[in-house]
Amino acid sequence: MNLVIFSGPPSSGKTSVILKVIESFKKRAVAVGVVKFDCLYTDDDKLYEKAGIPVKKGLSGALCPDHFFASNIEDVVKWGNKAGLDLLITESAGLCNRCSPYLTGVKGVCIIDNLSGINTPKKIGPMLKSADMVAITKGDIVSQAEREVFASRVSAVNPKAMVMHVNGLSGQGAYELSTMLYDEKQSLSSVQGMKLRFPMPSAMCSYCLGETRIGESYQMGNTKKMVWEEKEK
Amino acid sequence: MKEMTIAQLLEKYPFVTEFFQQNRLNITGFEQLTFADYLQQLDEDELEEKAIELQKLPEELALYIEQMTAFLGLNEDSGVHSLTILPGKDKNAVPEKFTKLTIFPSQVVAIVGPTGSGKSRLLADIEWAAQNDTPTGRSILINDALPDAKWRYSPNNKLVAQLSQNMNFVIDLSVKEFLQLHAQSRMAENIKEISGKILAAANRLAGEPFSADTPVTSLSGGQSRALMIADTAILSASPIVLIDEIENAGIDRRKALEVLLSQDKIVLMATHDPLLALMADRRIVIRNGGIHAVLETTQEEKALLQKMNSLDTIMQSARRELREGKTLHTKDFLSDFRL
Ligand SMILES: Nc1nc2c(ncn2[C@@H]2O[C@H](COP(=O)(O)OP(=O)(O)OP(=O)(O)O)[C@@H](O)[C@H]2O)c(=O)[nH]1
Ligand SMILES: [Mg+2]
Ligand SMILES: [Zn+2]
Repeated sequence: MNLVIFSGPPSSGKTSVILKVIESFKKRAVAVGVVKFDCLYTDDDKLYEKAGIPVKKGLSGALCPDHFFASNIEDVVKWGNKAGLDLLITESAGLCNRCSPYLTGVKGVCIIDNLSGINTPKKIGPMLKSADMVAITKGDIVSQAEREVFASRVSAVNPKAMVMHVNGLSGQGAYELSTMLYDEKQSLSSVQGMKLRFPMPSAMCSYCLGETRIGESYQMGNTKKMVWEEKEK
Repeated sequence: MKEMTIAQLLEKYPFVTEFFQQNRLNITGFEQLTFADYLQQLDEDELEEKAIELQKLPEELALYIEQMTAFLGLNEDSGVHSLTILPGKDKNAVPEKFTKLTIFPSQVVAIVGPTGSGKSRLLADIEWAAQNDTPTGRSILINDALPDAKWRYSPNNKLVAQLSQNMNFVIDLSVKEFLQLHAQSRMAENIKEISGKILAAANRLAGEPFSADTPVTSLSGGQSRALMIADTAILSASPIVLIDEIENAGIDRRKALEVLLSQDKIVLMATHDPLLALMADRRIVIRNGGIHAVLETTQEEKALLQKMNSLDTIMQSARRELREGKTLHTKDFLSDFRL
């Protein structure tokens, strides 16, 4: 089985692109399944189901979805192998711009959209910076100039990545992306012992553990304060 | 490169500023250090804070410099002097009915056919420089030879620029700032001059003129299209431009094509409008996912086009007069009715 990890900001077009990519795999008789990771809610599983794609979803609830991903990916891979998939795709909502789900040795694709603004490449951190491939969506509704500026910023943040334009609605570019994702010879039975490409912060503070009261004396662990400049002289 | 200080890097490769900015590296005050030494002295906590990983950055900077140098060098030589499409198959695996289609810079080819018939696929084949490795089995040649891999993989070298009906400006800048931003990303040297040239060209296309200080988001439909076309013609790195319909309002479509052609672009134009389709000297007919025919516009069609254009003028002026609250009179139109 092959594994590919998709990540990207909310509503950037991940599901749309994955669906179009899978469409082109169906014609080549490659069995593809998807696992969607999200935080509180997702309807994506229904979209995949409707397209006849085996799908599972995991909601991280109170945790960062990428931390949740790291603790569950081994089981996800087991599921994929048991289901007899040739290709397992994970879709993670990149909610935490500090973390990213990519693993060393597993293809990582970042989906990012032209509409999100030209400062997005700079803002979203490891999710973009450590991806192997970047697919930029929604090029059909912004000007050519904005497409070019956006793509050039993406490549300044991640010069190693292959950058493509994919349209999540028409599917233009999705076939091309699909050719980069699947390698018949690759066979992954487990991700045990593999490494995250980018270390995740531990980020545990008293509020992570259920504290609700506000005030200095209730704060423990990893807390951080804003810097306030003294105004009075 | 490893021994160079940041100041020397900035001097030799001014574009590295963009790399530092986009990677949130504040180099001010550290210009006398090498990049590696600069990274060394960064505080570990700060690195974790900013999600910066040290080891890979020098390698990425080197790669970025290499890519940008190649990209900038490209502008002078190795241009695209011809685009050739070799036939593949339609959805039912029926071979396409043409032998070879070659298009040169400053030529327009129209694409006609029902919606969903395979325009996107054709475009994707060109964009990807297909080598009998896409569902259609088409192949693309550039300058009569196998295309360079950069057209596929390099972010700054894309073969096709697109202009479509649904495109909007989403960024909140004035026309001037917007053009400067685009020019900067293209590493243009004479930014002011280029912006001025684009604005002038856009104003020749648009019915109602606009200034450099107008916010791009408040341009009218016609003005937006005019600016997008002029900008794509003059500043886009892509040698091929695909136009997906140009609406017949607020913009001179013939001049719009002329602007693109004057910049040596290869223009492909998908359209349902006979006035546009016949403006091209050739048209690709798409059916069932394949190229069904490549037709030359005949003399007879060119003559018909003139008559259709005068019909169009009648329609346009009637529309304008009605909108202005006037009553139409036969005599005002008589001269136009010599069909
Ligand atoms: N115009 C346009 N719309 C797109 C494109 N790709 C996706 N969309 C639309 O963008 C919206 C979000 O797309 P999704 O595919 O659900 O995005 P997502 O990243 O999976 O979203 P989450 O999983 O909820 O984070 C949908 O309404 C899509 O139809 C595109 O290329 N062009
Ligand atoms: Mg989704
Ligand atoms: Zn996180």
